[in-house]
Amino acid sequence: MARGRTPVAAPAAEPPRPSLAKRAFAHPLFWPLLALALLLLGNGAFNPGFLSLEWRDGRLYGNLVDIANRAAPLILVSLGMTLVIAVRGLDISVGAVLAIAATVAAWTITRMTAGGGDGLAPLFAAVAAALGAAALCGLWNGLLVVKVGMQPIIATLILMVAGRGIAQLVSDGQILTIYYAPYAFLGSGFVLGLPFALFVVLAVFVALALLLDRTALGLFVRAIGHNPVAAHVAGVRAKAITLALYVFCGFCAGLAGLLVSANVASADANNAGQLLELDAILAVALGGTVLAGGRFSLAGSLVGALIIQALTTTIYAVGVPPQVNLVVKALLVLAVLLLQSPEFRGQLKALVQRPARRHA
Amino acid sequence: MSVVLHAEGLHKRFGATRALEGASLTLRAGEIHALMGQNGAGKSTVIKLLTGVERPDAGTVALDGRAIAPANPLDAQREGISTVYQEVNLCPNLSVAENLYAGRYPRRFGLVDWKQVRAGARALLQELNLDLDVDRPLSAHPVAIQQMVAIARALGVSARVLILDEPTSSLDEGEVRELFAVMRRLRGRGMAILFVTHFLDQVYAVADRITVLRNGGFVGEYLPSELPQAALVKAMVGREVELAVGREAGASAASEGPVVVEARGLGRRGSLQPIDLQLRAGEVLGLGGLLGSGRTELARLLFGLDRADTGELVIDGAKAELHHPADAVARGLALCPEERKTEGIVAGLSVRENIVLALQARRGWRRSLPRAKQDEMAARYVALLGIKAAGIEAPVDALSGGNQQKVVLARWLATQPRLLVLDEPTRGIDIAAKQEIMAEVVRLARQGMAVLFISAEIDELTRLGDRIAVLRERHKAGELPGGSDGNQVLALIAGQG
Repeated sequence: MARGRTPVAAPAAEPPRPSLAKRAFAHPLFWPLLALALLLLGNGAFNPGFLSLEWRDGRLYGNLVDIANRAAPLILVSLGMTLVIAVRGLDISVGAVLAIAATVAAWTITRMTAGGGDGLAPLFAAVAAALGAAALCGLWNGLLVVKVGMQPIIATLILMVAGRGIAQLVSDGQILTIYYAPYAFLGSGFVLGLPFALFVVLAVFVALALLLDRTALGLFVRAIGHNPVAAHVAGVRAKAITLALYVFCGFCAGLAGLLVSANVASADANNAGQLLELDAILAVALGGTVLAGGRFSLAGSLVGALIIQALTTTIYAVGVPPQVNLVVKALLVLAVLLLQSPEFRGQLKALVQRPARRHA
Repeated sequence: MSVVLHAEGLHKRFGATRALEGASLTLRAGEIHALMGQNGAGKSTVIKLLTGVERPDAGTVALDGRAIAPANPLDAQREGISTVYQEVNLCPNLSVAENLYAGRYPRRFGLVDWKQVRAGARALLQELNLDLDVDRPLSAHPVAIQQMVAIARALGVSARVLILDEPTSSLDEGEVRELFAVMRRLRGRGMAILFVTHFLDQVYAVADRITVLRNGGFVGEYLPSELPQAALVKAMVGREVELAVGREAGASAASEGPVVVEARGLGRRGSLQPIDLQLRAGEVLGLGGLLGSGRTELARLLFGLDRADTGELVIDGAKAELHHPADAVARGLALCPEERKTEGIVAGLSVRENIVLALQARRGWRRSLPRAKQDEMAARYVALLGIKAAGIEAPVDALSGGNQQKVVLARWLATQPRLLVLDEPTRGIDIAAKQEIMAEVVRLARQGMAVLFISAEIDELTRLGDRIAVLRERHKAGELPGGSDGNQVLALIAGQG
């Protein structure tokens, strides 16, 4: 053919390794971590002692531990949410599922300790029942999405609305108070000087990271998220995997329900996990997971959840009046999101550079 | 005849793909002009440039000697260029009259004058000898009528140039005759008509002039009377292609390899009439047919993407029920689907991940391929198929179409399939990649793989097929031995056999 193709060049020489700073900038976790660090440092500047940690009575105390501890339920829910979003899904029922798990656990304990029963049996029964119920909720969501073919937001909207009703049925419309010390340990116990909840988060995170990295699940999840049809044609069991991820998301919400109800030693069907779904989606977005599916980061979601909790703590620590509290939070979230957006940073850069060029 | 539209030196590239390299076209008043070329020759890109869907990188378009640069389809329509696409581009939920006047309703006191809309619609359709209830929704009418309505709309905007893009692909014989009658009437009124089609005999039936494109470039402008069909095919395909790969005429490999997969009365209501087909080890079966003839449907049935409701699929002599592509993959089947972008590559994943995906899916999620093995495998297939990429970790969407197609092919070769189904593997990729893929297909068959090679290009079927099967209107029209003449295949495809 006359039309020349450029001859295939010899493999280009290895490009020079970019500097450490360049690589750090390019890392997807860089901006979320920077946002978190800025928040914490800002607090430290405002309130000396905010960052200090203290070892007392065999436990670690301090705002940092507190933020991590309070963020634990949100982190768990965000991890489940991350994977559902990674396969182009969404689960807005996580708050309601959390409430179901909390009331189921409280109900089980109330029943089993009514006759003065003691020991650890009620604890295990409550945990099993709550997680089982939460996983069932996830299964329901997954079936609606995978088998019925509903839009994820609508499919999970059903349980978001119905879930609180189910929780109220379980609790008989009451706030269930739990008088049972072993259960309280889940929410406020300490191990090795750190809150027990942190170990739950750590265990789930490590298990998940290993599962996605050491098996082919990570590849499949990303393939389904980027192109579900092509993944299906390639023989990936996309529907089964998607279903399993919804079940896992419900399971995570159930774990969070255990932590939340154990922390306050009660289960409130109406208010437990209220608007948690929005915080979780926000945490996922902050962490750099693409909401359209495919690209996800578990570590990013963890950092995102920490950012949200740090924001909440900041607002209380600084003493923002309660009536503007949500507005301030929204503005801070907006700032964090803009900071993370490459487009926005590009525009900002252009804005800074343009006048300079004019003067040159 | 006076020249109405003249396009010259059109260049257009999409990413790394050069869609047009100096294409030219001249349309004259009162003429039906056929635009011919293989898939990927640049026909649809020319249409996109003329109708303002895309802007040319270089080149000029002149209407009545005045340079125009339509920015969008509406702009082109205002200039007098109307298009009727293969897929009717009207609103099926609106009435016929609304479709004819949408966007340019006649008004009275600021309100739509529905009386005039209806009367005008009837008059427009009358010109095409159509008597329709203009108040019924468009979707209530058959596709042929919808197409006529689309043409009537083009008349309504008083077009000087009418572009018909594959208008006959979903019409039956009688409807085609009707359409030709309308085209001739419009020609009589001095309209310049551009007719794009794959059917050679239709070109000779209706066209006054033919322009042939190849690889995005202009080959020539001909009068049908001076260009026999064989010469037209040669102009479209190009000599160098004919000589590149393939067999001597009549030299079928006459494979007697064992039957790997057999379809016995395999069919699915609404998509494929029951069909018998044998696929043998070491043999390329070329499968031809027009768009909508059931080619892709057959591939989907064989691969478990759709469920057959009649007949049975026999793999290695045993009846097989395929519920999921994974079942097909487990039995050693592989499918490179027709829609490369939506069903083939997974954009967002790397070349390596795309290549290992099917093999990994077959192993299951628990048995992850070790990374070293993945790297080795990806590098091996990149080298084997000559995939041009910055590296195995490059995102697959950064590759050109032909290289993406090779990645999909590599994905299936990595599973070491016994039957490889290739659905239009050469569509929309450049000529060099086409050659390489076809050469690879021949090599694979010689190594004992059964290959089902689906193509709309007769030339590819005759060059590659050890046997050639043809589908027409969703049933098997016939089978020909390898080395058959292209015209025999064409006769089967077009229904003259």
